[in-house]
Amino acid sequence: MSAPQMPVGMIEQVAGKGAARAARRRRGMDQGIRRPGWLTYLMLAVILVICAFPLYYAFLLASTNATYIAQNPIPSLIPQGQFLENVVRVLSADIKFWQAVINSVIVAVTTSISVVFFATLAGFSFAKLRFRGRNGLLAFVIGTMAVPTQLGIIPLFIVMAQLGWVGNLLSVIVPAMVTAFGVFWMTQYLSEALPYELIEAARVDGCSMIRTFWHVALPAARPAAAMLALFTFVASWTNFFWPFVVLGSSNPTLPVALQLLQGTYFKDMALIMAGVVLATIPLLVLFVVAGRHLVSGIMAGAVKG
Amino acid sequence: MPAQPDVAAPPSSASRPAFDWRSFRSRLDVKSAPYLYIAPFFLLFALVGLFPLLYTAFVSVHKWGLVTGNQGFIGLDNYQAVLDQPRFWQGMGNTFSIFLLSSVPQIILAIFIAAVLDANLRAKTFWRMGVLVPYVVAPVAVGLIFNQMFADQSGFVNAIFANIGLPAVGWHADAFASHVAIATMVNFRWTGYNALIVLAAMQAIPRDIIEAAVVDGASRLRTFFSITIPMLRPTLIFVIITSTIGGLQIFDEPRMFDQIGLGGNDRQWMTITMFMYEVGWGNQRNFGRAAAVAWILFVVIVVIALLNYWLTSRIASSGAATAKLHGASRLLGTTKGDRR
Repeated sequence: MSAPQMPVGMIEQVAGKGAARAARRRRGMDQGIRRPGWLTYLMLAVILVICAFPLYYAFLLASTNATYIAQNPIPSLIPQGQFLENVVRVLSADIKFWQAVINSVIVAVTTSISVVFFATLAGFSFAKLRFRGRNGLLAFVIGTMAVPTQLGIIPLFIVMAQLGWVGNLLSVIVPAMVTAFGVFWMTQYLSEALPYELIEAARVDGCSMIRTFWHVALPAARPAAAMLALFTFVASWTNFFWPFVVLGSSNPTLPVALQLLQGTYFKDMALIMAGVVLATIPLLVLFVVAGRHLVSGIMAGAVKG
Repeated sequence: MPAQPDVAAPPSSASRPAFDWRSFRSRLDVKSAPYLYIAPFFLLFALVGLFPLLYTAFVSVHKWGLVTGNQGFIGLDNYQAVLDQPRFWQGMGNTFSIFLLSSVPQIILAIFIAAVLDANLRAKTFWRMGVLVPYVVAPVAVGLIFNQMFADQSGFVNAIFANIGLPAVGWHADAFASHVAIATMVNFRWTGYNALIVLAAMQAIPRDIIEAAVVDGASRLRTFFSITIPMLRPTLIFVIITSTIGGLQIFDEPRMFDQIGLGGNDRQWMTITMFMYEVGWGNQRNFGRAAAVAWILFVVIVVIALLNYWLTSRIASSGAATAKLHGASRLLGTTKGDRR
């Protein structure tokens, strides 16, 4: 080797990502290991098929009718032609499907915004402000993640009944407005991503605490906030037990509506599967658009929501 | 009080000798802001987390109906009544059976998938996203899909079995088979998710440690079991504890396993949370007894979580865990070694 080589990191800065990748490949330092063989890819392909098949199976059944399903336990891998017909039947079924869609959107959007806001606020405080009892309080927040709060639903239901919120979306939104997971997540992120110098600069310029938060911390938190919003959205969209208990059939969210669909039309699997597909499509779209952020979110935090 | 907005000037610029309102406000701001900002979480947790859990204990020692409300203190009668019901013990048994069938294979599979994903793959993100697809399917939807796949008559799985010459299984009729089916739903939704957590931990293992083992002549398998697995310990503890807390409260999947939602004719797949729901909101409408069930389950979860922690740390204690791993160590890391 003649001239001293430029570090890859520097190549990336000077000549861009593509050049850095090429350089890494040339030097055979893609983590110092060779590419895996076809067997690895075959295994991955099998895993992928297993992961995707149940959803495709639901779609296949949703494109048929009850007679077809009874006669063909193993459906043809090519969809039959009745999907739209079944979708129309779900939408006009006696289970308030439209209302469920709207309710799910309202709950998921408001809780996502609220969790991100309050969690970032608390995360900013825990990560960057000094106050008495900080470590103890943060430990407490983390500890609450291990508390099975689902077991408190009886008093929670009594409280909601007293407030007159049974059957009202507020009963689902308010308890989910800020989560321990969110606070912990934002604390972790901000303690690394937000330099003290920025905060001090804002303070010297005469910003109050809340303005410092709004103009310095919140923008710095954006990447983690987006991930937190995603996780909250998915969790809210798929949540069943509490909405099922407190909302009931009068004002359902989507999972509750699906359960009603099953209870009412249990002989009509094509209809039920059309409902399943409809309820899953929004999250699938979200997944295609932002799935990579979910992946890096899980891997960065390694926390289960 | 000056009608100024929140723009507090730096303390030095204020020069009035008497009471300095601006610097007082600024000091108050600095002192109170941290508490004010964390207050929403603590308020909400107190209201919808801690209070209900404690109040559950209160309800559980009273005669209390869904409609009738509190009808007076009756001591431990609710606990007695619950423990005397065979259904309660059946529910406990079902819950543990489903929990074991879902957690043990899931952890093993997750480690395996993580090991495969840890290879130097092309299109890494694509494969990682692939294993996460089931995560965006709601448990209720998973329940509906698998309910049909595992149908006793004309179900997908039994049809496949017939094609390869295996006898049909009564996935709903037989208790153990129904547990397997429900555990499959849980595994379907969470294995990929946990694999990504384990993968993150694997990638945090310093490469030179593994290379050193290889140089010393360890086989790949040996390296995996003697270096990688022990180094994953904090993460595995974390995954196991969270799956314990969630798994023992399982409700959605078994609730959707038939259209009635009570856990089968003989309650063969009724879990303890389903039992709690049935006692509180079903025929009995007895909140007192349902609360007793909740508290018993709470204690059980805490005990099992601690037991798991103890077991996992013993089993995988042969290797020294580095502090820089993700997962549990990271969880604890913030409480101990805090910056500044």
